[in-house]
Amino acid sequence: MAETQHHEHHHHHLMSLQTHLKVFVALVILTVLTVVAAQFHFGVFNTFIAIFIATVKATLVMGWFMHLKYDGVMNRVIFAAGFFFLLLFSVVCLLDIYTRINPRA
Amino acid sequence: MSIAKEGEVHHFAHHFDDADHEYESTKQGVWLFMVTEVLMFGALLVGYLIFKGLYPEVFEQGGDTLNWKLGATNTVVLIFSSLTMALGIYYIRIDDRKKALLNLGITLICGFIFLGIKYIEYSHKFHLGIFPGKYFHAEGFMPDAPLYFSFYYMLTGLHGLHVVIGMGLIAWIMIRVARGTYSSSYWTGVEGVGIFWHLVDLVWIYLFPLLYLVG
Repeated sequence: MAETQHHEHHHHHLMSLQTHLKVFVALVILTVLTVVAAQFHFGVFNTFIAIFIATVKATLVMGWFMHLKYDGVMNRVIFAAGFFFLLLFSVVCLLDIYTRINPRA
Repeated sequence: MSIAKEGEVHHFAHHFDDADHEYESTKQGVWLFMVTEVLMFGALLVGYLIFKGLYPEVFEQGGDTLNWKLGATNTVVLIFSSLTMALGIYYIRIDDRKKALLNLGITLICGFIFLGIKYIEYSHKFHLGIFPGKYFHAEGFMPDAPLYFSFYYMLTGLHGLHVVIGMGLIAWIMIRVARGTYSSSYWTGVEGVGIFWHLVDLVWIYLFPLLYLVG
């Protein structure tokens, strides 16, 4: 396994200055969008819209600033596994609370 | 390119095949650590969302108490610090030590600005008697209000602790950059600290809307 990893990573990708700035601008725009979206009242959907926009922002940070886009498959799988189990944990819990106990929220 | 003087040359540890093997192994360790961080903050966030579902009015009142403008400012401060952190790595990788130090310095200053704004928020709340749990004695709140603020203090406090630790790590790599430890052929430490600092930003990206906006 170590050998295949070596082949993948002999040339480490260097992201350009321009790409750094583009990601930053996108993150600021999405922050403004988060604030604007919260001004409308969609009931319980406000929370899910907020989480959705936050996840788009998180993807930008992980993929570009944390260089995961240019990283090996292994690190992507490791981090994605963490997020997957968190998703499983939260979705099951929230479906229960928001449909059974508090359907009006 | 401005290398004033050649720094120390990095030799990889003997149990690695080569420098690349060492870099990848170290980074993989950092990513494993990041997963534990995601799960720790994730558990608290799921707890927050469960109780928000059980007591929506309490969480709405709690969220309205927070100043979203300060939260939004801190969001932009952290996003900007993530940019300068990434640029710090970029410049060390093209051997421009001066610009790397400049960008890491700006990142550190952003950390101080974040904590300063957090201090203003916390002291305002303490002044009103808004404390976590049984220490809560503010007037005009619902009986269950301490529940929201216990989550608020736990989440922002734990995040704040990560900001402080991140700042310490940035200060440490700044010293190492100044000494010439890092270069285009060895930047593992800067990369690892960068990943940690971006995670601090990542957590705040979720905390800001959930605590300040839809609370």
